[in-house]
Amino acid sequence: MTTTTEQSPRVIMQANGLVKRYGHVTAIGGADFELVDGEILAVVGDNGAGKSSMIKAITGALVPDEGELFIDGERVHFRNPLDARIAGIETVYQELAVAASLDITQNLFLGRELRKAGFAGRVTRALDTKAMRKQAAESMENLGIRIQSIRQKVETLSGGQRQAVAVARAATWARRVVIMDEPTAALGVRETNQVLDLIQRVKANGLPVVLISHNMPDVFQVADRIHIHRLGRRATVVRTSETSPSDVVGVMTGALPPDAVPCATVVAAQAT
Amino acid sequence: MSEAATKEREPRIGGPLVAAGVDGRPRPRRAGELVRTFFSYQAAGPLVALVLAIAVFSVTTDTFLNGQNLSLILQQTVVVGTLAIGQTLIILTSGIDLSIAAIMVIGTVVMGRIALDGNWALALLVGGVVCVALGAVNGLIISRLNLPPFIVTLGALTALTAAAQLFTSSASYPVSAKGLTILGQGIPVGGTTVLSWGVLVWIVVIAVTSYALSRTAWGAHLYAIGNSETAAKLNGVKVSRVLFGVYVLGGVICAIGAWQALGRTPVADPSAYATANLDSITAVVVGGTSLFGGRGGVLGTILGSLIVTVLANGLVLAGISSLYQQVATGILVVAAVLVDQVMRKRRA
Repeated sequence: MTTTTEQSPRVIMQANGLVKRYGHVTAIGGADFELVDGEILAVVGDNGAGKSSMIKAITGALVPDEGELFIDGERVHFRNPLDARIAGIETVYQELAVAASLDITQNLFLGRELRKAGFAGRVTRALDTKAMRKQAAESMENLGIRIQSIRQKVETLSGGQRQAVAVARAATWARRVVIMDEPTAALGVRETNQVLDLIQRVKANGLPVVLISHNMPDVFQVADRIHIHRLGRRATVVRTSETSPSDVVGVMTGALPPDAVPCATVVAAQAT
Repeated sequence: MSEAATKEREPRIGGPLVAAGVDGRPRPRRAGELVRTFFSYQAAGPLVALVLAIAVFSVTTDTFLNGQNLSLILQQTVVVGTLAIGQTLIILTSGIDLSIAAIMVIGTVVMGRIALDGNWALALLVGGVVCVALGAVNGLIISRLNLPPFIVTLGALTALTAAAQLFTSSASYPVSAKGLTILGQGIPVGGTTVLSWGVLVWIVVIAVTSYALSRTAWGAHLYAIGNSETAAKLNGVKVSRVLFGVYVLGGVICAIGAWQALGRTPVADPSAYATANLDSITAVVVGGTSLFGGRGGVLGTILGSLIVTVLANGLVLAGISSLYQQVATGILVVAAVLVDQVMRKRRA
């Protein structure tokens, strides 16, 4: 994680000039995006600025009309979310996307269950519950998520704990990036803090995180850089340590020109 | 909860909000909690109801509690009981199949008609294939065109009920081929008591489906879809493939039900089993499976099927009009849904 120097951080994910139009409506108007290894990048923008359209475009949920997407410097074309998942990108959704009557292990492995080796797995499709429980316990342990038992049904958990399960799921399977779409929107203050802690632990475990959020205090608490989205494109990227919440809100709403704040793009800096 | 305990779980995520045992259920502490824990098991309520009904009829009648009558109850349960297993799988996905017995009846008349020409094995095969195909048509419309299962299967019920009459010109075929009626015969287990092959087939269906529900990925996916189709899809579950499969499986179970029905009554009658569509749903609901999907299972459905038959059988033996059985069943259904609603609210 610390192998890259300050001068040339490794760009994990990069998008150039993404465009998506629906008839006369332009949802994405030439948006750029970049994510650097080991960082938490917040994506902020007003309602209707098109940030979720852009996120959908880089997670395969929608296919852009124009533009390029690179993962680890390699050009990729995502036709659906599964393609992005195969490329090692996992997404946590705002609506608690967990199955309430399944237990924690079953949720972590939903759609990716391990089957027993040999006859039992191939013919009778028996699940290797033991191996899954072991791995689930390890994942929860690595992220410092404390629960009574990984056999606990998700419906017995609080909202924050449920979202923690969703984050753990993403962190378990992501090989390159974890994207979180307003993961704290449905949570109370204490639970929000717990999830923010968890996001930092995901980063500490070596995965870069994209955090889409409306909430400035949240963003300034955890993010390294902030991608500010406005009118369908990236207005600018700033370093959290070099700016203030009011400046970010200013750029977000158009009250402040983007060049009024110090720009922290990596790719553009390398180009010039 | 003491202050120390509250403090202790503060810093890290996932402090225990409920004290939970190994399997994730609340750990009982007092007698009241013990009772509550017992009833948090889905099959607990139906089990109590069944034991109560058996106890009452055993005391109030001399003819209820003997091997012969118990074996009769099993045979009376078997056809609807088997359909109810298919219905359980469908309801777990928050679907419903109102046409399940109508498909089965089509199966019986096709089998009966072909068996008239002498080849019972061919009759069984073709009747079975027709059932599976009809289940597949329901499944295709529900999973690919995204129409509500209630509407699709209501249409299927209406059309197939008429189709069965048209196919037979409203006549019924007596079935004499041994291969078709064999599930009505059985192994004597002492005296006049007989365990029919049909009951054994029911047990096999139960064993296979409960294995699939609890030990395979497919089973977990059924529950996940029942909880939330969107969440299941976001997690990479192939929702429409699973949904299609569950209705096809419903068709397979209809085929088995048709074979059992010919064993029970060796006549292929297009007007038979008219109430079995709803009876199968009644058995599932009385068994504690939620009509909203994602909660329940096969064990409850076995109990639910038995409760309905025990009530009918026992009330007849007690010399009470079977209409009261229908009143009692109706009340049970509403009570079961009420219990489910309370449970879901508490867990939400």
